[in-house]
Amino acid sequence: MRPKKANKIVFKSAEEMPLMICSVGHQTHNLTGAWRNIRPEIDRANCVQCGICWKFCPEPSIDVVDGWPVVDYDYCKGCGICAEECPQKCIVMVEERK
Amino acid sequence: MKQEKKMTLTLPAEELMACGHLACQGCGATLAMRYMLKALGQKTALCIPACCWAVIDGPYPYSSMDVPIYHCAFETAAATATGVKAGLEMTGDKETTVVAWAGDGGTFDIGLQALSGAAERNEDIIYVCYDNEAYMNTGIQRSSATPYGAWTTTTPVKHFKNRPKKDIVAIMAAHRIPYIATASISHPEDFFKKMKKAKDIKGTRFFHVYAPCPTGWKSRPEDTVKLARMAVQNAYFPLYEIEDGDKVTLNLKLKDKKPVNDYIRIQGRFRHLTEAQVASIQAEVDARWERLLKSC
Amino acid sequence: MKKVMMGNHALSYGAMLSRSQVIAAYPITPQTQVVELLSEMCADGSLDAKFIKVESEHSAMAACIGSSVAGARSFTATSAQGLALMHEMLHWASGGRHPIVMGNINRSMAPGWSIWTDQNDSLSERDTGWMQYYCASNQEVLDTVIQAFKVSEALMIPGMVILDAFALSHTYEVVDVPDQAAVDAYLPPFKPEIRLTPTDPRAFGGLTGSEHYMELRYKLQKDMEKAPALIEETGREFEQAFGRNLGLIDAYRCDDADFVFVTSGTAGFTARAAVDELRQSGVKAGNLRIKVFRPFPFAKVREVLGKVKRAAVVDRNCSYGAHGIFYQEVKSALYGQAGAPPVFGYIAGLGGRDITVDSFKEVAAHARAKDRADEEIVWIGVKK
Repeated sequence: MRPKKANKIVFKSAEEMPLMICSVGHQTHNLTGAWRNIRPEIDRANCVQCGICWKFCPEPSIDVVDGWPVVDYDYCKGCGICAEECPQKCIVMVEERK
Repeated sequence: MKQEKKMTLTLPAEELMACGHLACQGCGATLAMRYMLKALGQKTALCIPACCWAVIDGPYPYSSMDVPIYHCAFETAAATATGVKAGLEMTGDKETTVVAWAGDGGTFDIGLQALSGAAERNEDIIYVCYDNEAYMNTGIQRSSATPYGAWTTTTPVKHFKNRPKKDIVAIMAAHRIPYIATASISHPEDFFKKMKKAKDIKGTRFFHVYAPCPTGWKSRPEDTVKLARMAVQNAYFPLYEIEDGDKVTLNLKLKDKKPVNDYIRIQGRFRHLTEAQVASIQAEVDARWERLLKSC
Repeated sequence: MKKVMMGNHALSYGAMLSRSQVIAAYPITPQTQVVELLSEMCADGSLDAKFIKVESEHSAMAACIGSSVAGARSFTATSAQGLALMHEMLHWASGGRHPIVMGNINRSMAPGWSIWTDQNDSLSERDTGWMQYYCASNQEVLDTVIQAFKVSEALMIPGMVILDAFALSHTYEVVDVPDQAAVDAYLPPFKPEIRLTPTDPRAFGGLTGSEHYMELRYKLQKDMEKAPALIEETGREFEQAFGRNLGLIDAYRCDDADFVFVTSGTAGFTARAAVDELRQSGVKAGNLRIKVFRPFPFAKVREVLGKVKRAAVVDRNCSYGAHGIFYQEVKSALYGQAGAPPVFGYIAGLGGRDITVDSFKEVAAHARAKDRADEEIVWIGVKK
């Protein structure tokens, strides 16, 4: 299970910061889904589970759930590569509703 | 009872990258990292100089990656990786693969000395240059990897880059290192296979990975993979390996080489080019391809 | 065991006895013998270390930073132009908290292209967050490398052990080489809590915003402030183990002195001869040789100079547009202190020009003739 939605890291003092200048955790608090204007919607009826959308997602924000691609909208930036690369053309980019 | 069909995965499922990272939409460099780590696994240490990836994995105190990273000075990727490898070995870890992961600026330009030094000594590191053909992290300035004809902020349209792209693979081949490969984010299985092969080779291994950048190329984010594929298919960025400095293996033979124009037309950074200029690019690509075919 | 060796080789022995694990170095006159001997020691197995023959000093420090963060005790050596080329990476080593020890042979900065000694090269790096130890004998060089690793690794701050070009680097002296087992007892292996390893994957040195940077630098300064006490403590431990104390200063005949030279490096030993001659002629002279320049030993300087009538700082360096650098720091240490003596500033010995007993006598004559310094710099031995 991939790590998701951690808390923001806040140091209350210099003491709390490690001696070395190093990371102490992921930045999954940063929900990059807020960046997008368009979102991918996968038509499962026409999906042949070829794995190409999963393969080409840069985040990657397409999870494999029970053999099917599922977009994690918390993080999907709406780049559209999945829609462009899908050989079945079963992914459509739709306007985000605000 | 219908058999539950699994999704076809041509690469291992495990991810060593968490979401929430700061790459632009449609970033080719991110795909390059993702594929590399699938091949190398978690026992990998990265040395990343100034480049987009210096920022993508997150500011202090975050990291989106599940492998250790040293963010090093701009010109030092190869030197830092050399030191890390030596330090790990001297403290009993002879297994971790040490990777210098740099952009084209930190490889072709400011990092070239350290890279050449490490390669000449045949340091036991993998050096990966992910090439988006300009200094993208600082806002799209030209590097010696910027191709002829491209707009950048320091090669504006009236003075577009009129020098050819530096041939980094030829430079590395001259060092006679055990393994060099080109790769493209459009051909992840090929990249994966070569990286797996490189993992088991001792000495300096060099990868030149084509990683389109929608922000800097003024292309649509959804075209990133398509552009990388076109570059391979029109021989602008051929896929090949060089072992020990002279044994050349072409990984993808091109039966019908596609015209370079199709690839150029969908990038804003080339919009100003005349037909004659595009033709000269085509001629250069053709000549380079012929030379490559002869060397195999 | 006593051996006759040059200062450069004292550095090599120090690095070897400290069980340095990674050495990355590039040759430059007059440092070359340091790395040549280390190279031989690695080749014949007397030192179990990786020796990386990097292609520049900048890469030398980058490689040492890489090996140090991976958990290995790391050493390098350089001089002048090489040190200057490393400048960016010196900041990186200290800011990144990497306890690297480096030997620096004080050589004049070009141009004029000189291979002889003065201190501008190392003093130009005084703001980088490195500790700086100025040695006056080959024994001190060897001993200080060992102590420097102990102090650096306790504080996670790098340190440089500095010696004069040719006057010390190439001068042969008798050195008592400590026994390896005794050094091992004094200096345990380097075992940092946090290091670069896949078993604890972290990103080191990521982009640091204004909400974090200042605390990181505050921590560096606070840890540097612990160094004087730690240097004295480890210096006493060294004395117990090896019979030689390594502290912050070397005060010679200062207790009842009216007039004190303030010196560093080999000139600091020449000054002793001048002190003895002055004493013979009735002058209550003394010499305060500053051994540790960073962190600056404010308390010790105040303690010694607070009791004297005049102090004459002899700098083998110059901060152009200001004055000699030890002079500036001594004045700063004494500012506002009750009973602080007038401080006179002299510049001598640049580009390897000899500083002799006569030079010191000229300094003493000049300073003792005045109640207050009316010039910030007095140049000694220059054909004006």
